[in-house]
This record gives sequence, structure tokens and C-alpha cells, in this order.
Amino acid sequence: MVAIAKNDELKRVIDEEGNVVKGARPPDIADEELRKIYRTLVQVRVVDERMMRLQRQGRLGFYMQSTGEEATHLAVAALRPSDWVFPSYREPGAAFYRGYELEQFIAQLYGNAADPIKGRQMPVHHSMNWINYVSISSPVGTQIPQATGMAMAAKIQGKDDVAIVYFGEGATSTGEFHVGANFAGVFKAPVIFLCRNNGWAISTSADRQTAAKTFASKAVGYGMPGIRVDGNDVLALYQATADAAERARAGDGPTFIEALTYRVHGHSSSDDPSVYRDPDEPKRWQQADPLARFQRYLGKKKLWTPEWEEALRTEFDQAITVAHDKVANLPPPDVETLFDDVFEELPSHLREQKEWLMAQPRTKSPHYFH
Amino acid sequence: MPSMTYREALNQALAEEMERDPTVYLMGEEVGHYQGAYKVSQGLLARFGEKRVIDAPIAECGFAGIGVGSAMVGLRPVIEFMTWNFSLVAIDQIVNNAAKIRQMSGGQFAIPIVFRGPSGAAAQVGAQHSQALESYYVHIPGLKVVAPSTPADAKGLLKASIRDDNPVVFMENETLYSTQGEVPAGEHLVPLGRGDVKRVGTHCTIVAWGKAVHTGLAAAKLLAAEGIELEVVDPRTLRPLDEELIFESVKKTGRLVVVQESWPVASFGVDIAYRVQRACMDELDAPVEVVSSADVPMPYARNLELEVLPSADDVVAAVRRALYLV
Repeated sequence: MVAIAKNDELKRVIDEEGNVVKGARPPDIADEELRKIYRTLVQVRVVDERMMRLQRQGRLGFYMQSTGEEATHLAVAALRPSDWVFPSYREPGAAFYRGYELEQFIAQLYGNAADPIKGRQMPVHHSMNWINYVSISSPVGTQIPQATGMAMAAKIQGKDDVAIVYFGEGATSTGEFHVGANFAGVFKAPVIFLCRNNGWAISTSADRQTAAKTFASKAVGYGMPGIRVDGNDVLALYQATADAAERARAGDGPTFIEALTYRVHGHSSSDDPSVYRDPDEPKRWQQADPLARFQRYLGKKKLWTPEWEEALRTEFDQAITVAHDKVANLPPPDVETLFDDVFEELPSHLREQKEWLMAQPRTKSPHYFH
Repeated sequence: MPSMTYREALNQALAEEMERDPTVYLMGEEVGHYQGAYKVSQGLLARFGEKRVIDAPIAECGFAGIGVGSAMVGLRPVIEFMTWNFSLVAIDQIVNNAAKIRQMSGGQFAIPIVFRGPSGAAAQVGAQHSQALESYYVHIPGLKVVAPSTPADAKGLLKASIRDDNPVVFMENETLYSTQGEVPAGEHLVPLGRGDVKRVGTHCTIVAWGKAVHTGLAAAKLLAAEGIELEVVDPRTLRPLDEELIFESVKKTGRLVVVQESWPVASFGVDIAYRVQRACMDELDAPVEVVSSADVPMPYARNLELEVLPSADDVVAAVRRALYLV
């Protein structure tokens, strides 16, 4: 158990060299589980590289990379499968860890016939009820009160499930953050607020979001503990999340975790960070790379070897190729599905629209003009 | 049949549905210990306890979002807005989330939620308390919109709305809470999408919902003295809309006046006028009239407020235009 740090202290378990820091004890995690966590970190890195290449080739319309922030995804490793994830949009590792398949992931990016959400949302906005991972919403902060709502529902239903909600430091400026945190505090809802402070909200730097000394200090106002964790230290995140879940299940309410990390690339494929930040800044991050650090730790425990690394990367590379080949060229969603799921049942006016549409020739003309 | 107020009918619907289904809960400002700002939730806290009748901190976007999140995992929340005017600070949760999550998730997540509270003007409560916002919400695919005009409809529609697996915007009216009417006891359900003819007539059709139904009925009384018989059709739900009932009536009378408390521009009444002219062109004997509120934010002064709201006299004048009696 890591000693709970004071608000402005940073909780760490391992340092950049992969050594256990003085006074900390690594969480009790089985070797196989440690390897699974590392596998998932590598998977995110490899998937991101490949998908970004597809985006730059013009095959994908949009993509968001997680480079630098992968460790935060693995907070879910400290939770039960029945706990709920309320993602922001940069947590594919949390989904992969829970078994989201590459084929499904890639089909969602293409929005085609194999997309689990039927081509309804833009790339990266996944939705997986089957692994308790809710639909990603584009408006920033919108998922925060919903996570509190899930947590309150668990209490009403007499279940001991918890919710983890991911959001960036920019989202703490929204009203939704305030109400979500406030309700959670008032009702002692079993929810974990994982604030990923990656320094940037698109081009707006973190110091433009608050005058408070730390984001974690906001927790005080909501009557919950706020802790700061080295967000590039996957073991520190695991421990902080496990502790928060334990508190939540014991009926002691929510916890706010500020994970300090860094967004190495742009906000999305549509963003060019070189116009607003020092191009050398990402280089300084190399030191803190969460993968390298955890790799060194595992190496010292004889759980990682360069051969395994090579095998893992090859495995994911091949798996991506296989999955991509299988789904990338599938047809788009059936036009017939256009009116489905707006309501539980198909209302008469939509049935009429559908009949009319299906009788028309399929349009080839674009709705935008350059 | 027992007689009760619109308020009591809503209360009965809530109590019966909470009794019937343990996943139903009520949340909002003042719904518990205060028994509801308009006493709609009278007695529910004592009966169902604090886990199911939840006094929320004052933040509409908070409890709207709480409701959405809890609906995703299997509860059936009833979220009370003290007035629909305040729903505007929660509109991201209603429009971007409740209305869209089923579709955006490819059908994985249902949001069986009811957002309810009074809509429209009361008496001298100014611009930010007097808005009839049905046209805002009826615009959004994925939402159902309900506006009962009588105690019986209030009960039957609220029960049906709570059982519906779609998000429902349920618009009551402050000036109707104390109105009295007969309400069937026990299991009384009014299916969403089925309208009701509140008065049978032959000369002109009035389509109105919520409080405006009573404006239409008042106009009918005035005109009956002259031998003009209005047929008052209350669709009761705006989405889904019982178009057939409206078209049937218009085909019979050949004339239509829509009465709404909405502002006129891009409003639901105008949408009905569009639908009717497409479906009933051959039977229409006059252009469709739409009587709305004046296109201004509601003033406080009593005399000005009266000029803004659609009145029975405004309806009479519109009927006369439709009958070429001017």
C-alpha cells in the first residue's frame, strides 16, 4: 500500500528507471496480470501508430492518439469487470484490456457494416455495453454527471459496482464537472474521478483552466479526497484506483485522482501542435514514457525481455493487419438501418420516410462543396 | 369515477408506477421533504424513502445527467424540473445525450427516462419563467413530447411515459395543477401517440395541447352562442403525433386553427399547418391559421402578459378569418 500523499505531493511507485521509489511498495499484482497490463500498453502504442498512418494516408477520416497517456487507461485493471467505465475519448487501452476486439475497433473507425455502432458516430467514439463501457460523447464533460448517476444507481440497486470517469484537466472548467463532482460528494456515490492532466486542451494550456495550485485541490470543495498521481507510473495509478474503489465500495464515496501525464501528439489528427507549443516539449517527455518505465520495472523482475517485446510488437502488427484486411473494405452500413434506434420502435413517420428513401436511387452527389 | 385535481392525478400516477416497478425513482429540486415545488410529489418521500425520492442539489444539468447515467444501467428515472424554463441549463444532457445515446450506441443503451415539470406561462413570472418550450424539444429526433390538458390525461400519459423505453419530455402546466376532473381509478394508461377529441363540432377544427386546449374550449363556448360549432382536437402527445385524428377532423370541417403557447416562428403549430396542407389540400376551404404567443420575451406587467398569450378572443378572431366571417 502506497502512503497517501498530501494533495500537492505526487504519488509514485516506480521511478523513470523502473526502480521502486523509497517508501513505496508495489501493489500486489500477479505476474501474469503485470504482463497483461504491459501487453495492453504496447497494444495501444502499436495500434495508434498504425491507425495514424492510415489517417495520414487518407483512409481514416479522423483519429486520436494516446501516446504518453497510456498508463492512465490501465487504471481499469484495478477494477472489476462489473464496474462501469465512462470514457472521455482517449482511453482505448481501457477497452482493449476489457476485451474490445481489434476488428470491432477498426470497423468503428471506418463506420462500416461491421461497426458495432452501425456507422453512427465519428471515429474513436466507441460504445461497448458488453464490457460496461458507455457511449463516448463529444461534448466535453458530459459523461461526468452520468458516471455519478450510474454510481447512484448502484446504490439504489444495492450493488457494489463503482464507476470510473475519465476526463482531461480542461473538462474541470465545465459546469458538468462541477455538478458531477458535487452530486457525488453529497450522495457519497461510488465514483472515481480520473482527471488526466496532460497539459493541453487542444491548444489551451493547463494553466488557463484554473487558478488553483493543483487540479486535485478542487476535490476539497466537494468533500472528497483529491490525490495527485504520477500519471506515467502505471503502478501508482493502479494503486490509487484500487484504493479509491475500496473506499467507494465501503460506502465512503468518491475520490478525485489527478494523473499528471503528457499529450505527446496533437489533440487529434486535425490538430497541429507545432503552432502553439514548443516543438522541443514532446522530446522532454521521452524521459517519462510510461511504457519504457514499466518495461524497465518488469525487466528487473525478469518478466520482460527484448525478445518478448519483439514478439509482442510483431503479434500486434500482424493482428492489426489481419483485422484491418478483414474489415476495412467491407461495405458501408445498410441504408435501411438509417432510421433504426432513434426510438425503441420505428414510428410511423420514420417508416414512411424509410419506404420513400428505399424506393429512390442512391444519391452519389456530395452534400458539401469545395 | 373519482374526481381529482391535475396535481393529484400526477401524484397518483407517480405513486402507482413507483409501487409497481422498483426501478422507478424521482429526483429533482424540492421533490422530497418539501413535497415538490407544486406538491406533485406530496407524500412520496414518506412512502418510498430517500433512495427513491431524491432531493437534488440545485443544478439541473446535474440531476438530468445523473438521470441519464442511471438510465443507462437499468433504472427508470423521473426527473422533475421545477419549471421547464430551467431545463435550458440541462439541455446538453437532454438533447445531446438522452435523445441520442440509443442511436449513437447502435441500440446498445436505452434511456428510459421522463423529464417532467410545468411549462408555459403562469401568472406574472416574467421572461425566464414563462416559456412554452415544446417546440424546442419536439424538434429533436429521439425524444417523445407529451403535454396533457386534463387530470385523466395527466395520469394516463404519465404512467405510459414512465413505462416507455424512450426518453420522454413531459410538459405540465402550472395553471392546470388545480383544475379538477374525473380520473379513472387504478390502471389507467393513455398510449403515447393517441389524440383525443375534446369537443365535437362541424364548422372548424381547433388543434391545441396542454393549457391551450382550454383556450380552444373557451372559444368554442363563445362561438356556440352564434351557432358556430368548433371541434377541439387534443393530440396529447406531440411526438409521436396522432396525425390521422387531426386529418380526419380537418377533412370533416375543412378548416383548421392551431392554438399554441409557443412563439410563432419555427414552432410546432406551424409544423402541423404544413402537415395538414399536404394531407388535406383538397378538403381545406381556407388557409390554416396558427394562434401563438406574441413574438416577444414575456413581460411582467399583467396587462402586457395578457396581450402576449393566446386568448379565447384571439382564437375566435382566427376562426372568423377561417370562416371568412370578417
